[in-house]
Amino acid sequence: MKYYAETHEWIEVVDGIATMGISVYAAEELGDLTYVEMPAVGKAFAAGAVIGTVESVKAASDIFAPIGGTVSEVNDALADDPALLNQAPEGDGWICRLKDIKEDDLKKLLTAEQYQKTIAE
Amino acid sequence: MELIFNQGAAGRRGVRLPKCDVRPFTASDLPASLRRGAPAALPEVSELEAVRHYTLLSRLNMGVDTQFYPLGSCTMKYNPKINERMAALPGFANQHPLLSQLRKGGSLCQGSLEVLYETERMLSALMGFAATTLQPMAGANGELTSVMMFAAYHKARGDQRRTVMLIPDAAHGTNPASAAMAGFDCREIASNADGDVDLDALRAALGDDVAGIMLTCPNTLGFFDKNVEKVVELVHQAGGLAYCDGANFNAIVGRVRPGDLGFDAMHVNVHKTFSTPHGGGGPGAGPVGVSEKLVPFLPKSRVVKHADGSYSLAYDYPQSIGYIAPFYGNFGILLRTYTYLTMCGREGCKRISENAVLNANYIRARLAPYYEQKFTRYCMHECVLSARPQTRFGVHALDIAKALLDAGFHAPTIYFPLIIPEALMIEPTETESKEMLDRFCDAMIDIAKKAESDPEAIKRCPLTMPIGRLDEVSAARQPVLTARPCC
Repeated sequence: MKYYAETHEWIEVVDGIATMGISVYAAEELGDLTYVEMPAVGKAFAAGAVIGTVESVKAASDIFAPIGGTVSEVNDALADDPALLNQAPEGDGWICRLKDIKEDDLKKLLTAEQYQKTIAE
Repeated sequence: MELIFNQGAAGRRGVRLPKCDVRPFTASDLPASLRRGAPAALPEVSELEAVRHYTLLSRLNMGVDTQFYPLGSCTMKYNPKINERMAALPGFANQHPLLSQLRKGGSLCQGSLEVLYETERMLSALMGFAATTLQPMAGANGELTSVMMFAAYHKARGDQRRTVMLIPDAAHGTNPASAAMAGFDCREIASNADGDVDLDALRAALGDDVAGIMLTCPNTLGFFDKNVEKVVELVHQAGGLAYCDGANFNAIVGRVRPGDLGFDAMHVNVHKTFSTPHGGGGPGAGPVGVSEKLVPFLPKSRVVKHADGSYSLAYDYPQSIGYIAPFYGNFGILLRTYTYLTMCGREGCKRISENAVLNANYIRARLAPYYEQKFTRYCMHECVLSARPQTRFGVHALDIAKALLDAGFHAPTIYFPLIIPEALMIEPTETESKEMLDRFCDAMIDIAKKAESDPEAIKRCPLTMPIGRLDEVSAARQPVLTARPCC
């Protein structure tokens, strides 16, 4: 099941490994993305910590870790083609995977339905 | 346009230099590792070719001398030409920049030292501070200087725990960068519903790890924080220091002295508030004023006046953070500041801020029915509008900026501040007439109407510029950073 942060990241846990990225709404709001700065594999982050940065022609924005964990993999395809983040932000445009995650942190996140409500406001 | 490198012909010269009367510098004076393999491919053109090339280039440019330039947060006011005349005086222009630092050299440049001393005195008076340094070469350099002094202050008191700098979300984007460069961790403070610092968020963020706050005043929303004195007081109570980012000083100059509000340090962009050329990356200058408690930490050297009325540079300041810039900063720019301040005088400075604020509010009021305004209060030197109503028709802030170029205006700042979606940040400055403000507002209203009736026409702009809509996305994703023979 996908969860969302108020800061517009999504995260999905499968077999103890979390995959995260930015939401469709965030990608649309940011406009054409030109660069993604990704975390180093092996680095640990607490929930809410800045895990990376996305840059569009408009601005640079921080990406926050929705839950605590250690980076196990980053999406190398994004380095070559940041446009993936616009084309499929919640699919092929995932940013990184986390292991050793703090599953309790998921409770503080929004469900897809709750998230849709907040962005509609 | 043809690059200058593709013009002219081999061997062509615009200038014949007189015969060299000293031993020429030859390749053998350099170690082999530093020598070129082949001569540099410099342009070889006649004087006429060079003049035509740069005259044509200047005609492709937009500047304050050709167009209304309401670039928000940049204070693109007119630069009086007397500034240039003073800076070109041979006694100033031909002086060696190191003269004042040579032994006894100071006696040969008393005029320049007096200009620096008097400029510091005038800026201290306007900011309400005990002393000012003119060294920082730009606004962000002034920010860095200020927070380095904060660090030195805490260290001198033996207080090593203070590693956090508080930065409100309506601050200039350079503030967190300067704090990080000085070694601080940044903590963001949210704005409240009025666009001011949220005092509860501030209280929650304060602690014995906080070194200070960097408050852009007025802020990037164009507002003067109603609680500014409370903000400073709370930070002081927690043992921190308060820094005022004075890049927007144009809104309050002559009316409010940030030193009176309790701030400990402030930088002012003389290339904004006090005219002097600006844009394209400089040259600029960001003098910093400080309260009594930070005076010992000011950069050195400092200009001092002696009892006999003479001036010199002084170096004996053991607690100083050291040099921030060579040559005591950008002297040519500081000289223009001195000229401008002398021409305006005390009363003139008041009228700068009065008219800058009046002009911004005039635009805000005229455009209110056509563009969204998140906060409906009086603004200071700039007004921040949002093109959100236009997005219904597929027209965005970027499209409106491009359409303004066709209407004969430089575009405002767009997509900043980040807390306003589709932001259009408009700063007219005090040097524009009502007729010009009306022409600009008429153009903005036309664009708003056309965005509804014919959005595609807006999205095709600009049509009258030397080149049409730039592909900014490809330029950012696949930058080509070398000059190519033709364009």
